[in-house]
Amino acid sequence: MRIGVFICHCGSNIAGTVDVKKVAEEAKRFPHVVYSTDYMYTCSEPGQLEIQEAIKKEKLDGVVVASCSPRMHENTFRRTVEKAGLNRYMFEMANIREHVSWVGVDKEANTKKAIDLVRMAVAKVTLNQPLFPKSFKVNKNVLVIGGGVAGMQAALDCADGGLKVILVEKNPSIGGKMAKLDKTFPTIDCSICILGPKMVDVGQHENIKLYTYSEIEEISGYVGNYEVKIRKKATYVDWTKCTGCGLCMEKCPSKKAFDPFNEGIAPTTAINIPFPQAIPKKAKIDPNYCRQFIKGKCGVCAKICPVQAIDYEMQDEIVTEKVGAIIVATGYSLFDHTRIKEYGAGKYLDVITSIQYERLLNASGPTSGHILRPSDNKEPKTIVFVACVGSRDKSLGVPYCSNFCCMYIAKQAILTKDHIPDSQSYVFYMDIRAPGKGYEEFVRRAQEEYGVKYIRGRVSRIFKRGDKMVVRGSDTLLGTQVELEADLVVLATGAIAEEGARELAEKLRISYDPYGFYIESHPKLRPVETNTAGVFLAGACQGPKDIPASVGQGSAAASKVLSLFSKDLLESDPQIAHVNEMLCVDCKKCIQTCPYGAIEEKKTPMGKIVASVIETVCQGCGLCTATCPPGAIQLQQFTDNQLLAEVKAFFHA
Amino acid sequence: MSKLSFAYYPGCSLESSAKEYDVSTRKVADILEVELIEIPDWSCCGASPAHTVDHLFASAVAARNLAIVEEMGRDILVTPCPECLSAFKKAIYNMSKDDGFKKKVNSLLDKPFNLNVEAKSFLQILYEDVGKENISKKVIKPLIGVNIVPYYGCLLTRPPDVAQFDDPENPISMDTILETIGANVPYFSYKLECCGAAYGVTKRRIVTKLSGDILKTAIESGADAVAVACPLCQQNLDLRQDQINRDQGFDFHIPILYITQLMGLSFGLSASELMIDKHNVKSDHFLEKIEKGLKEKEKSEKESISSKN
Repeated sequence: MRIGVFICHCGSNIAGTVDVKKVAEEAKRFPHVVYSTDYMYTCSEPGQLEIQEAIKKEKLDGVVVASCSPRMHENTFRRTVEKAGLNRYMFEMANIREHVSWVGVDKEANTKKAIDLVRMAVAKVTLNQPLFPKSFKVNKNVLVIGGGVAGMQAALDCADGGLKVILVEKNPSIGGKMAKLDKTFPTIDCSICILGPKMVDVGQHENIKLYTYSEIEEISGYVGNYEVKIRKKATYVDWTKCTGCGLCMEKCPSKKAFDPFNEGIAPTTAINIPFPQAIPKKAKIDPNYCRQFIKGKCGVCAKICPVQAIDYEMQDEIVTEKVGAIIVATGYSLFDHTRIKEYGAGKYLDVITSIQYERLLNASGPTSGHILRPSDNKEPKTIVFVACVGSRDKSLGVPYCSNFCCMYIAKQAILTKDHIPDSQSYVFYMDIRAPGKGYEEFVRRAQEEYGVKYIRGRVSRIFKRGDKMVVRGSDTLLGTQVELEADLVVLATGAIAEEGARELAEKLRISYDPYGFYIESHPKLRPVETNTAGVFLAGACQGPKDIPASVGQGSAAASKVLSLFSKDLLESDPQIAHVNEMLCVDCKKCIQTCPYGAIEEKKTPMGKIVASVIETVCQGCGLCTATCPPGAIQLQQFTDNQLLAEVKAFFHA
Repeated sequence: MSKLSFAYYPGCSLESSAKEYDVSTRKVADILEVELIEIPDWSCCGASPAHTVDHLFASAVAARNLAIVEEMGRDILVTPCPECLSAFKKAIYNMSKDDGFKKKVNSLLDKPFNLNVEAKSFLQILYEDVGKENISKKVIKPLIGVNIVPYYGCLLTRPPDVAQFDDPENPISMDTILETIGANVPYFSYKLECCGAAYGVTKRRIVTKLSGDILKTAIESGADAVAVACPLCQQNLDLRQDQINRDQGFDFHIPILYITQLMGLSFGLSASELMIDKHNVKSDHFLEKIEKGLKEKEKSEKESISSKN
């Protein structure tokens, strides 16, 4: 064989702590190496051209690049060698940046390790075989998980682009967090007035199939051919009959049910439609509060319903849908402030969260938009906002900034003054983070025009004195302790990952960070892709973000799906398992081991029963190869021989 | 319940200014069948003033006592005093975190301390080891009809990493015990506030302001007495109450009693057995209220029995 080796400096990233010239020199002595050189940036255009010229001039049939992680540039260089006429799999990469130069400071040791890694890559590439992808047909339906503003935007863009969209939302209505908000910053637009029409569009779009009150049960398959099992949770109301008239809500005798839409500040009825603008506008029964379920008798709603839609015997239903791509837009949840004992651990009625305050401000909320504090329904005159409750706090396991709290605090303080002109708002903050368009100006307006008093410091304790809530904290600008007597305290609780985010990630085979937010394929350049082909991200499930950013990501994810589906055929990865039929003894171990069900039995023309890999289903994980007793099943590009060659090259240096 | 038995460290306060805390602790322990074996030849815990000058020396002073407990073959040291407790816990914490520090401390001692002893407050023993079920079994004179607020002070639950007891920002151990012995426990927002003890000598007005705020909040919440578990808390709130009244223009007369004294009352011990008369602020009115509550209860019980008959 004739192998070429290219050592990258990566500027000073590698060359700073690795003697790249020496690595290139050493590589010349390895078996089959006929050409070896080093270059400042091998991934640059001239760097790639150098590889291509060397392939032609030196008649190379294998190439090794020693540079960064294959995660970064393996595809780049595979395309490079392919353009020069080599099969793209006759290429190997040695990671001497993430595995060497970035993690070690001893130049001599680093250089030695880099030489070892290059020697191993050379040994492997000599055993590489040309591999050829197969084409397969794409299912052009798309699944969107989550019906908040990001998921809705993604669904609408895909649907407008002609794709059939399956939208799954776990709550009874789409709309997400935005549907609960009163106004949006920095324009003070009425939230539901701008979201409502979009919700109607989603509900009525001929290309969108809506599953609300449903959750993802199981996902199998691969890009272009996913199969999704969806659990439609029992609503105990036949939605094909329910007209959303609301008569059942009027007559329901159980009026103390927890209302998730109003964040628990006011109760609702056991059978309820979550809010007036709900899409779909259908009723559902909460069996935790329904007398029919608790006491076994009531039946008022069944009697009153004009269309006989009530069905107390309803069971969950599992439906299966086939899609080619998935957009994950599952949003976020809010920090549980009852964890903070010094703020009262949730036992003070007049210490509420921002999202609860949003419901108090909202005209369709329980107080019809009048700010009345929960304890005695009086109008508060002094309102204290506490920023960063469950944000930027290592001791609570939430070291990150929740992104949008500074802005909604300013908005709520402005709205408070609009609602109660003789009120005074105070904000305890750490830093004001207002980097969006028009955001800083908005915060200044709150301070200068609305007279909101900003106090830089943390709150150490909140307690009750008479009918007032005392907020004690520090003013770090004055260097003193301050104590304010408030009528109402609003805690700006931070954003945390949605409940169940980790479990869903396992089902989707995508990765998540220590806090449960999904990890994008590249933080700068692939912000809505994941490392699983065909799965895209939108909105706050990837990290806390405000409405404009979520909508932007929704559209971005949709455009990624549209471009993926612009081809009728996709190429499958040939790096999959392959059975040597001569060696297979039909022990079925691989069939039992395969997590994807990608192996079946078949009869050879000679009449022998052997294992056979379904190429489009195999994910190339390699579990079967580790299980196979005679070594008959091998992962192409990672065969036993190739890996042993690497090990030998390392030990027989 | 098999009989509980612990190595007991009274400390200097409980030998003198807080003698009543020691007496009531031993009596209550006796009734609850908790054996307290006084550590032979115990010495200063290092709480004050050693820890303000030299951490190594302070830890060594504490570790000497812990080493004796090891020698006794015991693995728990119990002390009622939070200052002593904190001194022991800090010594254990720092020695177990840093092997070099441990070696330095042990080089100062005749017998090394090998970290096989844990320090616990008597309150922790009551709350966790004895438990409210066993406490309630011994209550014969429940403190019905009185409102008592618990004041925890600074050291019992903090710093959380070192104290490892109850919730650092919202402790409920004393609340639970007070409810168990029949008292009504009103909401008290100052149960963790600083009493100012550290400024007791240098800046008296800070102490009278801070301690005054605590008393004021306790009285506003309807308390007839304040329960404490710390000799310094007791001293600041009780002994200084006249000073507080003078400095801050108050006229308070609220008894400050140790949790063990209150438990003793509910177990049927007399006020003089529990040395309640030793306090500066007299508890006569408070004790009368308890008796009255008990009589009313008996009366209503009799009535309900006779009405049934």
